[in-house]
Amino acid sequence: MINALSMPCAVVTAVGVGALIAALRRDGYRVIGPTLRDQAIVVDTIRTLDDLPRGWTDHQEVAGYRLQRRDDAALFGYALGPQGWKRLLHPPVQPLWQMADAAGEPAASPPETERLAFLGVRACELRAIAIQDRVFLGGAARDPHYAARRAGLFVIAVNCGTAGGNCFCVSMASGPRVESGFDLVLTELLDEATPRYLVECGSDNGAKFLATLPKRAAEETDLAAARAISEATRASMRRAMPAGDHAALLRANPTHPRWDEVARRCLTCGNCTAVCPTCFCTAISDQSDITGRNMARERRWDSCFTSEFSFIHGGSVRSSGRSRYRQWLTHKLSTWVDQFGSSGCVGCGRCITWCPVGIDLTEEVRAIAANPTAEESRDDNA
Amino acid sequence: MTRQRPRLAVWKFASCDGCQLSLLDCEDELLAVAGAVEIAYFPEATRGTVRGIYDVSLVEGSITTPHDAARILDVRRRSRQLITIGACATAGGIQALRNLADVREYTAIVYARPDYIQTLATSTPIAEHVSVDFELRGCPINKRQLLEVLAALLAHRRPVTPAHSVCMECKARGNVCVMVAQGTPCLGPVTHAGCGAICPAYARGCYGCFGPMEMPNAPSLSEHLAALGMDRATLARFWRGFNAHAAPFREEAHCHDD
Ligand code: SF4
Ligand code: SF4
Ligand code: SF4
Repeated sequence: MINALSMPCAVVTAVGVGALIAALRRDGYRVIGPTLRDQAIVVDTIRTLDDLPRGWTDHQEVAGYRLQRRDDAALFGYALGPQGWKRLLHPPVQPLWQMADAAGEPAASPPETERLAFLGVRACELRAIAIQDRVFLGGAARDPHYAARRAGLFVIAVNCGTAGGNCFCVSMASGPRVESGFDLVLTELLDEATPRYLVECGSDNGAKFLATLPKRAAEETDLAAARAISEATRASMRRAMPAGDHAALLRANPTHPRWDEVARRCLTCGNCTAVCPTCFCTAISDQSDITGRNMARERRWDSCFTSEFSFIHGGSVRSSGRSRYRQWLTHKLSTWVDQFGSSGCVGCGRCITWCPVGIDLTEEVRAIAANPTAEESRDDNA
Repeated sequence: MTRQRPRLAVWKFASCDGCQLSLLDCEDELLAVAGAVEIAYFPEATRGTVRGIYDVSLVEGSITTPHDAARILDVRRRSRQLITIGACATAGGIQALRNLADVREYTAIVYARPDYIQTLATSTPIAEHVSVDFELRGCPINKRQLLEVLAALLAHRRPVTPAHSVCMECKARGNVCVMVAQGTPCLGPVTHAGCGAICPAYARGCYGCFGPMEMPNAPSLSEHLAALGMDRATLARFWRGFNAHAAPFREEAHCHDD
């Protein structure tokens, strides 16, 4: 828990945010943050303050996202971009080894050495990173690529000033206020003519960078304004995961008729797993070139919605959309708890926004919870 | 490592040549391909003649004439492995739109002497005529996937050509979904991967060039597009592109005919 009394904090303007970007770049970091591209606010390489989406926001609904103008100069006045930080820490394609001579030895792909600084990480996303830390670093087999990227990471979090249309972090106890896992956290204060930013430190490295910025001391009014913003965001959140023990609910309902109903709509396209900040599943593929001398192994994002994902001798274990959607939701909310000690959902709502046909997991849980003893449908595994 | 170079043939049926040109388009890799296989018959590139048995036949194009219907049987007999390449060969191609119309009427409009034209009423994929060992999708095919199929064949392994949706490639590429962010209709969720999600990368919806993915849920996508305001006639056309004859797309389009 951040303690404003023991860790330094200060107030900066947008100029200070720009100075922070410059200082990180001088120190050798590649700064990744929000920027406008393809009618959305995506995360990408940031060089200056001008790359940030000043005065833009996102309107999100079920299967809908629209970029919109704000009537102020907010830098962080949007909720969440189409994809989060996962693609940087756990990229879509990860080379594992190459072999230049069929008779030779495979050479492991070296872990990344580039240091990344993430600017604008939200509370739910920090929780998601902590979950992926457990997945990739918490077990006996540590992923050296993830470990290297993670070790060099500098995190500038942002306390959300608005709840996105599909956010439900409050009901997942993962936001909207950032609590841990950052070097610096910004709260954008828009109650004066020009935006100002309360900057709080979460690490010595964060304090080192804060010391270099043009700033003034934080006053009690700044701290109170920041707290009020988090409270307002919390209060304005419209979507919620229904309360209850989801792990037990889904464990007890593998044959609920709702699975057939959602399968009628689900495209098994895999968008939900790709945008989910905690989904981590991959496929390994070996490739040889036309000469047969050069080989490579790579790991790429896979999804429980593909046939190959559960393909074993004789075919795909999960051959229907019904079994695949059930696998996704049940892993996310139930077996994830057994496996990693927490829910696999942080309430970011991305899977709701970016599902092409607008399947909303909170509605699916609500439907099952409303009638948990509904007459069972087919009880086959497929 | 030495090995006998397999003999490769490239055959053309009703098509635009675009897919076989993908092989010539492999400029950087062409020498390696020529070193790995003996290109024994490829009229587009060499003057070789049909002789004997081929280890691998790449077949482009669909069957639209009685002559081609007979010729594909001969090609199958001469081929140890027969690989179809492209939407024409795997689904009948754009010319399969004739399957929905009266071909005699078409020939009467297009040709001065329609009585000289010998054609079938339909355009059909190769697999409706002979057994096919592997189908490589696309309109046109992706040249990297073609190289992968050839490399896999030589190494006796399965080619890595995933049958999941284009959306998976679209997200891996980092595209912003055009359907969600711009309301642009997109066939990506029901279409077989392979192109790398080129169209959404240029703010266009997917045209379905690679045909149906492994488990397409066409009715659900139609229902969603109808809710977004697409009328029935447009919906029927939406499903009728380069892969109009592929069963899941054909049946879905039919649901929106009057
Ligand atoms: S399941 Fe959906 S709402 Fe939950 S963390 Fe994943 S993308 Fe976000
Ligand atoms: S829930 Fe939505 S995004 Fe996920 S696979 Fe189904 S249709 Fe695609
Ligand atoms: S743009 Fe098309 S292919 Fe890409 S994610 Fe959206 S629906 Fe899928």
